[in-house]
Amino acid sequence: MSEPKKVQGDLVLSHVTKSFADFTAVDDLSLTIPQGSFFALLGPSGCGKTTTLRMIAGLEEPTSGKISIGDTDITFTKPYDRPVNTVFQSYALFPHLTIFENVAFGLRRRGIKDVDEAVEKVLGLVELSHLKNRKPGQLSGGQQQRIALARAVVNRPALLLLDEPLGALDLKLRRQMQIELKWIQTEVGITFVHVTHDQEEAMTMADTVAVMNNGKIEQLGSPVDLYENPKTVFVANFLGQSNFIDGVVESTDGSTVIANIHGTRITFPKSRNNASGSALKIGIRPEKFRLHDPGDNTHGNVLNGGKITDISFTGVSTQYLVEMPWKQELVVFEQNDGGAPDLEKGDPVTLSWEPQFTFALDGSSK
Amino acid sequence: MTRWLSKNLIRIYAGLAIFYILLPIFYTITFSFNDADKRNIVWRGFTLDAWLNPCEPIGICEALGNSFKVGLTATFFATILGTMIAFALGRYNFKGRSTTNLLIFLPMATPEVVLGASLLSMFINMGVGSGLMTVIIAHIMFCISFVVVTVKARVASLDPKLEEAARDLYANEWETFRRVTLPLVAPGIAAAALLSFSLSFDDFIITNFNSGTVNTFPEYVWTASLRGVPPQANVIGTVMFVVALAAVFAGQVLGKRKQKK
Amino acid sequence: MAIAHAGASDAPKAPEKKSKKFAYLLLAPGLLWLLIFFAFPLINLAETSTKTPAPTFETGEFVQTFRFMNFLEAFLDNQEQFYRSFFYALLATLLALAIAYPLAYAMAFRAGAWKNFLLILVIAPFFTSFLLRTLAWKQILGAEGPVVSALQTVGLMAPEGTITATAFSVIMGLTYNFLPFMTLPIYASLDRIDYRLLEASGDLYANGATTFRKVTLPLSMPGVVAGTLLTFIPASGDYINAQLLGNPDNYMIGNVINSRFFRVVDYPTAASLSFLLMASILVIVVIYIRRAGTDELV
Repeated sequence: MSEPKKVQGDLVLSHVTKSFADFTAVDDLSLTIPQGSFFALLGPSGCGKTTTLRMIAGLEEPTSGKISIGDTDITFTKPYDRPVNTVFQSYALFPHLTIFENVAFGLRRRGIKDVDEAVEKVLGLVELSHLKNRKPGQLSGGQQQRIALARAVVNRPALLLLDEPLGALDLKLRRQMQIELKWIQTEVGITFVHVTHDQEEAMTMADTVAVMNNGKIEQLGSPVDLYENPKTVFVANFLGQSNFIDGVVESTDGSTVIANIHGTRITFPKSRNNASGSALKIGIRPEKFRLHDPGDNTHGNVLNGGKITDISFTGVSTQYLVEMPWKQELVVFEQNDGGAPDLEKGDPVTLSWEPQFTFALDGSSK
Repeated sequence: MTRWLSKNLIRIYAGLAIFYILLPIFYTITFSFNDADKRNIVWRGFTLDAWLNPCEPIGICEALGNSFKVGLTATFFATILGTMIAFALGRYNFKGRSTTNLLIFLPMATPEVVLGASLLSMFINMGVGSGLMTVIIAHIMFCISFVVVTVKARVASLDPKLEEAARDLYANEWETFRRVTLPLVAPGIAAAALLSFSLSFDDFIITNFNSGTVNTFPEYVWTASLRGVPPQANVIGTVMFVVALAAVFAGQVLGKRKQKK
Repeated sequence: MAIAHAGASDAPKAPEKKSKKFAYLLLAPGLLWLLIFFAFPLINLAETSTKTPAPTFETGEFVQTFRFMNFLEAFLDNQEQFYRSFFYALLATLLALAIAYPLAYAMAFRAGAWKNFLLILVIAPFFTSFLLRTLAWKQILGAEGPVVSALQTVGLMAPEGTITATAFSVIMGLTYNFLPFMTLPIYASLDRIDYRLLEASGDLYANGATTFRKVTLPLSMPGVVAGTLLTFIPASGDYINAQLLGNPDNYMIGNVINSRFFRVVDYPTAASLSFLLMASILVIVVIYIRRAGTDELV
């Protein structure tokens, strides 16, 4: 095989659409992934993230649009001619080859004669040198995962694609591999594009996360940005939990919005208003709420007249359901740091939160 | 006691079934050592005569040689043709799929007499003389379907992700086939070839229609059965059995060792 | 939050667009072979079936007269053998099922480490010539064989009685010869059943018999259907067992076709009978598959 051209630079997808017979998997997607970054495509099953990844890998051809790395158009380049390697969801290790030969596969296909050093080095990186003569079937899930990674990384591609690479591992191993993956990415300096449906995984590892839904990107940004200031209800609910209370804008005072929710006046920074009209859905994360006995000193936004309807203890925090006078139940997380009030079911409570933690969406959004 | 019996009833039943399956094979083996008269039906004493002179009865080794010629040639071509069809069915989408499936299925659903008779009547109509060639043609025909079914199952069980991974790792279509697809489908192809050979080697009905004056081993046994099968036929049957059994066991042991390593 | 989400791929399983031309290239040689040496001969056979003897009355010479009465005559003349063929084949199939199902069940669920060994024993008959095995049965069941002498010694059988040359030995021979074809598909479908399903059934208050009836049997049906077809089809066309283990009163339609071809040199009748046999088998198979509710033919 001829050595693929030295291609590098940002990965750019412009107006990429992929339609199958009866539905559109990816719908006019445009995206730039900077060289060297750790990028995550996050979304539920069927959102089009894997199809996007397969188009970048060359395993699927876009119906329309263009994909390029730096200045090189790779839209219709064969998968074996593009400097992109994939870590498959099920690892797809060749069962008939040894670990060594699995890792050497790509190098050999490119006509590299002396593969020993490169293979040994990458096996050392994933700490599995001692297993090089085994067959994939004799390895544990975590070991197979690392070999799949080594097999891709050894080729020093411009771009490494990871398709739910940790999906088959148990929780503990996943947490460990997340840290390792991040470390390896820093170590080798390759652009990683990571597809996952696990929001925690995406937020732990990626510099930038794109949340996908129905073939489109809902929002793109840093994990903190996405979490603290989601622009859509979908993003707010896909990344963690949110409470939404209907409200109306009363007035805007400089950089502060004053809104009315069920007769109570609250404020929040104008920069956190994502709504275009005056009807709002006011979002507050459960952990931003504070619980008070009625009549206690409070600051920030305050909602009176709540009643605890359910308490569940989850270890680091306690989850409360609080029924508001307008019959809506709000979720509240309180840290178990000893300072939480000793509350019981049926107790009346007051809720408060800091205005800057509010995010406001269009009242009509779902 | 009754508890034990009810618990192991199915095992005992299976044991009896296996006994039923093996009984005539034991008989065949035993009577290869018989100091036989013309008929080799009654046990008359132990001898190695037949083992030491396997080709003594006229025509027996020639017939055996013909069976090998037919079996190997038919297996070779049927395996190639059938494997190609299996790949087309397992890997491609094309028009005429159900017609293809029908054409594969029908030869297996047609009684051998009909297959043999129809081929012979065509050869007669076309003025083609029967012989080794017509037998080979017939055997390739009925083996293809079995090869397709066997190999297709293997192709279908192959994870397409593996081929994608190969292409992702700089292997072009041909390299992907040679380095990944073929080695993984190979056990299925080998099984299909073995099946073909044993079907071909053992076939009597279709062969008998199309062989003309040429004799294969089953035909030899058939003709001989009218006057008395010589113990040499049992010797050949025994050797075939032992060789095949040894091959299967070796395959199993090798497979296990490979897994353990 | 789902933890184990293996196989959660959102890529649709659309078959890849690959060059169809290549597929046809792969198909062409094999299908051509089947067309020329399977389909075409059948057409030829159809053509032969309506011929009549040439005016010269020379042996083996026939002319096409499109005499469709050949079919009716062939059937009427050989009704008995037709019915007998299907009756024997049916009995042999049922017997083989009765032997094979428990055997396959024991292999799949009760054999433990012996599983592969038993599997080899079941396919062992493939390794010896089936004619030799059938002849061995002739020997075992024959007048000088151990079964007859044992039965005669204990007085269960008259001194002049025989087992060979009876319908019993023909059916037994058919059962024996096609037993592996029944056992293997049933074993394959039983072996695929997740044993936990059977445990779940037990957990849900089904006793052994109910579990078998409601879970095991339905799940093994594809194997049973395949096995019965693989036994019934060749058994109904067989003539070896009838010839070696039976007497002319046990002859099946295969014997008639064979002798019409070779002894009587009456190609049209042989061809008509072949066609009738094949047609009746296809009708039976189609009805059976419909009723068994399996559309998977191959």
